[in-house]
Amino acid sequence: MKIAFDKLDKAFENRVRLQIMSVLAANDRYDFNSLKDLLNITDGNLASHLKALEKEEYIVVHKSFLGRKPNTNYEATTKGKQAFKDHLNTLEQLIKQQKLT
Amino acid sequence: MEEKDIRNELASIRNIMERSSKFISLSGLSGILAGIYALIGAYLAYRLIYKGPTRIYDSLSIGTYPETITYLLIIAVAVLVASLITGFILSSRQAKRKGQPIWGKISQTLLFHMATPLVTGGLLILILLSRGYYGIVTPSTLIFYGLSLISASNFTFSDVKYLGILEIILGLIAACLPGYGLLFWAIGFGVLHIIYGSMMYLKYDK
Repeated sequence: MKIAFDKLDKAFENRVRLQIMSVLAANDRYDFNSLKDLLNITDGNLASHLKALEKEEYIVVHKSFLGRKPNTNYEATTKGKQAFKDHLNTLEQLIKQQKLT
Repeated sequence: MEEKDIRNELASIRNIMERSSKFISLSGLSGILAGIYALIGAYLAYRLIYKGPTRIYDSLSIGTYPETITYLLIIAVAVLVASLITGFILSSRQAKRKGQPIWGKISQTLLFHMATPLVTGGLLILILLSRGYYGIVTPSTLIFYGLSLISASNFTFSDVKYLGILEIILGLIAACLPGYGLLFWAIGFGVLHIIYGSMMYLKYDK
């Protein structure tokens, strides 16, 4: 059986989005600034990718205040975690398949 | 996508998951140095304790030689401070190299989980010391240090957990053998740190 590349999740084609999902798969919640420091990208870039993942319903946003400073946290949804897992499985199968041929 | 690309992709995912949840910049070299400081401290303490005509344990019971206690405390604090400063400097250097913020979400979580058992133990030991229970110092510093390592190990290399278990076992043995406190202290804080520091240095510092 051949596994097609189109089984890979389109939402994770972008590297930053895949990295964001990796972080949220390993941690319950992660805040905006820590994500920014970790991935070393600009505010605008990160915000747009987070928006995209939110639109897919792969992540949810929790907004709160730390004193007066707004504190935005992100969490992966069950759907998002499943999609991430499927994506990794597909990658693994692609490796196995290429070894056989 | 080639096989190599997919492998790279998977490796980068693993790397980011690890970097986001664990403080991987803990320096093994600082563990080795902390062990050496502890051995120097233990040697100085040994000289202090055994130089007089009577052993400090005998004199403690009659309440003389309070200045020796002060010297011992100074040595202990000096070892602690030197180890903390070394750990901080070497780990920030490592953090810069591994692209991990030294004062970020993860290092803060690590410190909190490490400090809770450590501060609790430290205060308890000071309270008991002030009431004259000198014998509990070695076993309880080892035990509380071990507990703090185990609690911190969820947020850094898992090897730290085994060091914590060893420290606790050593502390419990020390509690059974009063009078050999300094020896156990030198093994726990000196020898074990040097062994573990070398292992972590070879495994992760490169």
